[in-house]
Amino acid sequence: MSSLRISGAEAVIRSLLEEDVNLIYGYPGGAIMPIYDELYKFQDKLNHVLTRHEQGATHAAQGFSRVSGKVGVVMATSGPGATNLITGIADAQIDSTPMVCITGQVASHLLGSDAFQETDIIGISTPVTKWNCQVTKAADIPIVLAKAFYIAKSGRPGPVLIDITKDAQFEMMEYSYKKCNSVRSYNPVPDYSIDMIKKATELIDNAKKPFIVFGQGVILGNAEQEFKDFIEKTGIPAAWTILGLSALPTDHRLNVGMVGMHGNYGPNVLTNECDLLIAIGMRFDDRVTGNLNTYAKQAKIIHMEIDPAEINKNVECDVPILGNIKSTLPVLNSMVKNNSHGTWLNEFSNYYKKEYNKVINKEVNPSKDGLTMAEVIKEINLSSNGDAIIVTDVGQHQMVACRYAKFNKSKSNVTSGGLGTMGFALPASLGAKMGAPNREVVAVIGDGGYQMTIQELGTIFQTNSAVKIVVLNNDFLGMVRQWQQMFFEKRYASTELVNPDFVAIAKGYHIEAERVSKRKDLKSAVDKMIKSKKPYFLEVKVEKEDNVFPMIPTGASVSDIRLE
Amino acid sequence: MNDLKQTFTVSIYTENNIGLLNRISAIFLKRHINIESLTTSQSEIDSIFRFVIVVNVSEMMIKSIIKQINKQIEVISSFYHTDKETIFLETALYKVKSKSLFDEKHIQKIIKNSQANMVTVSPNYFVIEKTGWREETEKLYKELEPYGLLQFVRSGRISVSKEPMNISNILGLNTDK
Repeated sequence: MSSLRISGAEAVIRSLLEEDVNLIYGYPGGAIMPIYDELYKFQDKLNHVLTRHEQGATHAAQGFSRVSGKVGVVMATSGPGATNLITGIADAQIDSTPMVCITGQVASHLLGSDAFQETDIIGISTPVTKWNCQVTKAADIPIVLAKAFYIAKSGRPGPVLIDITKDAQFEMMEYSYKKCNSVRSYNPVPDYSIDMIKKATELIDNAKKPFIVFGQGVILGNAEQEFKDFIEKTGIPAAWTILGLSALPTDHRLNVGMVGMHGNYGPNVLTNECDLLIAIGMRFDDRVTGNLNTYAKQAKIIHMEIDPAEINKNVECDVPILGNIKSTLPVLNSMVKNNSHGTWLNEFSNYYKKEYNKVINKEVNPSKDGLTMAEVIKEINLSSNGDAIIVTDVGQHQMVACRYAKFNKSKSNVTSGGLGTMGFALPASLGAKMGAPNREVVAVIGDGGYQMTIQELGTIFQTNSAVKIVVLNNDFLGMVRQWQQMFFEKRYASTELVNPDFVAIAKGYHIEAERVSKRKDLKSAVDKMIKSKKPYFLEVKVEKEDNVFPMIPTGASVSDIRLE
Repeated sequence: MNDLKQTFTVSIYTENNIGLLNRISAIFLKRHINIESLTTSQSEIDSIFRFVIVVNVSEMMIKSIIKQINKQIEVISSFYHTDKETIFLETALYKVKSKSLFDEKHIQKIIKNSQANMVTVSPNYFVIEKTGWREETEKLYKELEPYGLLQFVRSGRISVSKEPMNISNILGLNTDK
């Protein structure tokens, strides 16, 4: 490859183009100005979206990545620009989202001098990045960026941060680019053992009450079809974690709902009655398992997982199957026998009926005056035919949306699962719309989290991204209030919000907006929103003190899930 | 018992990169675990570094920590061993007033019996070195203390495992025995 004499800053841009990057979310500042100057020159090839806060840039990149499967790219300056990325990086780390963040840094001779906008972003980001690296020489830029992209997207994906000193951005270098496809100390996809697959086959073929819990691994591995083939051949009922949502269509006959704290009744109770639990691309988060001492103790456990550190971390398994499920599931599938589990599947239906009568029906088809969150989700389902990407924030609305949203396609659920980052949804929805421009993107957000990143309305307006924003407003930090009601004798410490005129704010950003507080207006308002070709804001005033059920209280067993 | 705390020696083979110490110590910090001792040095393989870390945790915890360490991109491999499975030593340096050496005859006997080495002798002070197990360096400390220790320092544990580590195989170098 012939080399080219260019600046480190130009090398950054050219390296990004080599990695097929055409979209960056970021915010300029002193220490990254040389790179922005090059962005200006390359603007016909690389679109930079100026968010209103660096945190917004990270969440937008996450939203982009989650719907497109590509690496999200973020840029920020040194000091506060860099520290503002941390929440999004931590979120991407715990939810395994591939992301490359490039930060500017003070010139290398100033490192350690407490220079203006100097911060030790390598030190700060270390615990929340898959890898990070500081570059002080222009010549290292293409090598480090190639490695960054390889690490971010390979194996279990995650965020990488590259910190580039300002002098390295100015320095001239001989540029050539070589993609990275291995790092000698890093084994992204561990080998599976055929013996383990044989053991798993035996367990699966002999199980009377097998049960699958699947997570985001199915989506990250692009293994939706392999997964569907497997459950259809074995006839095993499958429940999802919040990040596994949309990997299997909602109306699939073997989709039995969500596990975990606010998951469905059947899959939670029956976790403690199954004789075989097959965990696929999930990590037994505490919100999924409840009390570990009483979690699926009666069952044999098969754990299919790409990250060896997850094996036996929370739940001891009998048969670990390492590797990418895209490769392991077809092998397993070729060995198991055709099966069906009608009676066992009926048990899920029976629990669903109980849950429907006690909870779902009154939430989705309420007879009381106040609007429920669930009926809003139902209207969104109807209006979008279940084809929308639903982006949620964190709290009651998130649990309700995940419980009731309908999905036909994978990569359609974008939410902050592991970190539980309020403020995630609005910027993430912008990224989702840019990552899937032909799809409907509906952000469902609570009135609390909305105000944590509300300034990104500016970015949505500026980029004219046709995101549909639904704020479910109960004038409370609803999930915390629910806990205060249930476990702190209704002492509502700092959970009530006195909110601004959200419609006026949206309109202030030139975004068409409407408010609904009566049931009779809901359907037409949602339809109007979905039909709009532009960004649109809909505030729905919902019942102030509704609670989300079912619920597994902290420390309780999954089978002690409460319906009221 | 899996939950019983005991001393483990963690050996980590890594690339020699800035920031790796921070990345590894953060794994212990995140779990509220105190590092008893830590040394880093060149390993038997050119350009590969070795960390030796001593911690007191349960076996369940150390297993999970090893996996988290192995997960770090620039870690080649890591292992944990009980004291029985390794050969380990520490080095201690003792700085004592020279006056005591001549005034107190007994001190010479202590040094001789402990099989410590005299590192340097100057008009004002002398320095002795003792390498061995913790009990040995500690015994010498107690014996010398009454004569006035000007300075005392002990290194972290260094250790080699009884079993082979096979790092060259992992790296695809075929120099390993």
